[in-house]
Amino acid sequence: MAETKMAETLNGDSDQPLLTAEGLGKSYGHLMACRDVSFALYPGEVLAIVGESGSGKSTLLQLLSAQLTPSAGSVSYRMRDGVMRDLAALGEAERRFLFRTDWGYVHQDPAMGLRMAVSAGANVGERLMAVGWNHYGRIRDTASSWLERVEIDTGRIDDAPRTYSGGMRQRLQIARNLVTEPRLVFMDEPTGGLDVSVQARLLDLMRNLVSELGLAAIVVTHDLAVARLLSHRVMVMKGGRVIETGLTDQVLDDPCEPYTQLLVSSILPA
Amino acid sequence: MNAPTYNFAYLDEQTKRMIRRAILKAIAIPGYQVPFASREMPMPYGWGTGGVQVTAAILGRDDVLKVIDQGSDDTTNAISIRKFFAKTAGVATTTSTTDATVIQTRHRIPEGALHAGQVLVYQVPIPEPLRFLEPRETETRRMHALGEYGLMHVKLYEDIARFGHIATAYAYPVKVNARYVMDPSPTPKFDNPKMDNCAALQLFGAGREKRIYAIPPHTSVVSLDFEDHPFTRYRFDAPCALCGAGDSYLDEIVTDDKGSRMFVCSDTDYCETRQSQGHRGSESAAPHKERAHG
Amino acid sequence: MTAMIDINNAQKSFVMHLQGGIELPVVRGVSFHVEPGECVVLAGPSGAGKSSILKMIFGNYRCDSGRIGIRHQGTQIDLAKAEPRQILSVRRATIGYVSQFLRAVPRVATIDVVAEPLIANGVARAEAREKSGQLLRRLNIPERLWALPPSTFSGGEQQRVNIARGFISDLPILLLDEPTASLDAANRAVVVELVDSKKRQGVAMVAIVHDDEIRHLIADRIVDVTSFAAAA
Repeated sequence: MAETKMAETLNGDSDQPLLTAEGLGKSYGHLMACRDVSFALYPGEVLAIVGESGSGKSTLLQLLSAQLTPSAGSVSYRMRDGVMRDLAALGEAERRFLFRTDWGYVHQDPAMGLRMAVSAGANVGERLMAVGWNHYGRIRDTASSWLERVEIDTGRIDDAPRTYSGGMRQRLQIARNLVTEPRLVFMDEPTGGLDVSVQARLLDLMRNLVSELGLAAIVVTHDLAVARLLSHRVMVMKGGRVIETGLTDQVLDDPCEPYTQLLVSSILPA
Repeated sequence: MNAPTYNFAYLDEQTKRMIRRAILKAIAIPGYQVPFASREMPMPYGWGTGGVQVTAAILGRDDVLKVIDQGSDDTTNAISIRKFFAKTAGVATTTSTTDATVIQTRHRIPEGALHAGQVLVYQVPIPEPLRFLEPRETETRRMHALGEYGLMHVKLYEDIARFGHIATAYAYPVKVNARYVMDPSPTPKFDNPKMDNCAALQLFGAGREKRIYAIPPHTSVVSLDFEDHPFTRYRFDAPCALCGAGDSYLDEIVTDDKGSRMFVCSDTDYCETRQSQGHRGSESAAPHKERAHG
Repeated sequence: MTAMIDINNAQKSFVMHLQGGIELPVVRGVSFHVEPGECVVLAGPSGAGKSSILKMIFGNYRCDSGRIGIRHQGTQIDLAKAEPRQILSVRRATIGYVSQFLRAVPRVATIDVVAEPLIANGVARAEAREKSGQLLRRLNIPERLWALPPSTFSGGEQQRVNIARGFISDLPILLLDEPTASLDAANRAVVVELVDSKKRQGVAMVAIVHDDEIRHLIADRIVDVTSFAAAA
């Protein structure tokens, strides 16, 4: 079932973009944090935004997820009813609803995305309750099956995430985001701050979930290995601009821009 | 009678007008917390400064005031506030629920049904039901504005996950007029159903937090719950030891230092009225009798 | 025009910005075509650009100029100018690639590594694993290894897992980059059989094979890459 969903999203008539950015820019005074970014993201597509600290990738992610108001340009999103809407024109209620249902946002620091003092079950169940689920048993069953999917022992469903390890917290954050079956997930350095072994497990998990659910995702990372494993397409940012974009393996195996070549050549051999 | 140095009901007229405007707005938007410029009162926070300001703002010369604390007319707090208004406003006071036109209360709703024309004024310590889960006031206000109340159910979920049932026993959240989620102040959830479709006007004043909210007469008030864990009232499984009432909220009274106890109505007026009508409980003949313990 | 692959005057060079921007020509004037059921073997010395041509056909390397025509779902697509998602679609539905080395995610079981391309195309997991098992058995990977990630395997075993993964789907084009390099005679024979059966199914293949014997067995036509060498 999950497999066919992915195939549909990928092979079906996904000719219409899910999200488009046009001439997007953000300036703080005379500092341009991000400028003239345009692209289209299609359903089921995973886009990695790579670049070093200060390259504007986090600003871009915030612009795309409507957490920052752009100084220039616009972001449009295809709502579940098929209508393309300019995010700036959405009311706050609509935007927040989008965030709770059709979008996910995975923070680098799980403490930002979780309620640390509330049980894992309630952390996962919150989005369901927010959209009107009103049956404790069903909420708990759903939460429990999501814990299983992200490889968290369901025996720990009543424990608060502050008792969890870093990797578990991050997996819990992912479950909390995916429970409403969003179509688009934003991820900000999702594997940052984790041990290498924990990273590998998390990446593998994310890769499977993204493809099984046919999720579109925009992943900000400075780690090219993360980009290679997770993304179909990559945008390289430098100084607030997108300097190179293309198929992930194309950009990483055949980088054209000097900066991209530098990034790629800076990876330590495994 | 009226102390000459005080304005009627202690507060000056400007302040009363300001509070009345807040009250009118609160009535117009049932369950919505209206900010107001809470004044310093001649009593510490936590002693009902919010309730006292609301009462002072609505009190007229013909009003008959009743004040209860945990259902009782004769605790220190209730007596002080009653005397305060007797002195500063010169209004008549009573302990009778039926006779009162304004009832200020802390932590209880009287047992007997309230009637049209009465006003019930609650003293509220923390008006924000979402506070303990979301400490940011900016965020809770936004959640109220947008009707995002999933978080409230998170609290109930946590209860069931931890205790097997909704263990919240007081300050049990309600939804008013199918719109705003509201903290009914620390009344026992036993009292929640009395708020629904109540004939009296219910006003809530939080002095320290500077908020007033209201439930106009005959407004729907629904206790939040889950389909499979519906809201239930909680009551000790015994009649009142003094009046034999089987439908009232009971207080546990420790009667000696050997662990003896009895359960009696927390609403003293209700209990006394029933006793005067001839109702009797197990202890009423000799309330202070010594009991042998094996 | 029934060719599955139709390359016309394709050119590729690298600009090494980190080495002072020197330009490294790779190939130019690459032109050949591959019909369904045909296996074209690229020949030429190391460094002549054989692998680069395969990568250009797969969309892994960009083209500076020229055309890489691919017959994809009934129409011709020029991969040299295609959008990333068109290239992805071509890789899912049309072109398979068997590289020299297995690039697999840690932790994934061998049987799933092999089954993945089928699952990505909507085949049910159980069915995909069944087919994956058949291929692994045919390539002499013992069943007790199937649940392990291939990263722990020997070079030859990894190569066979890689071949299984490449041959499992029914894609109309297969690119083979030294598929038999580290295999013993028995397994080389299996690969030859697999290539033969793909030909019977009408699959168009482009291969790089150094082993003369294998080349002789599978090649229908040999394209000499030396003529495309771009070195001045």
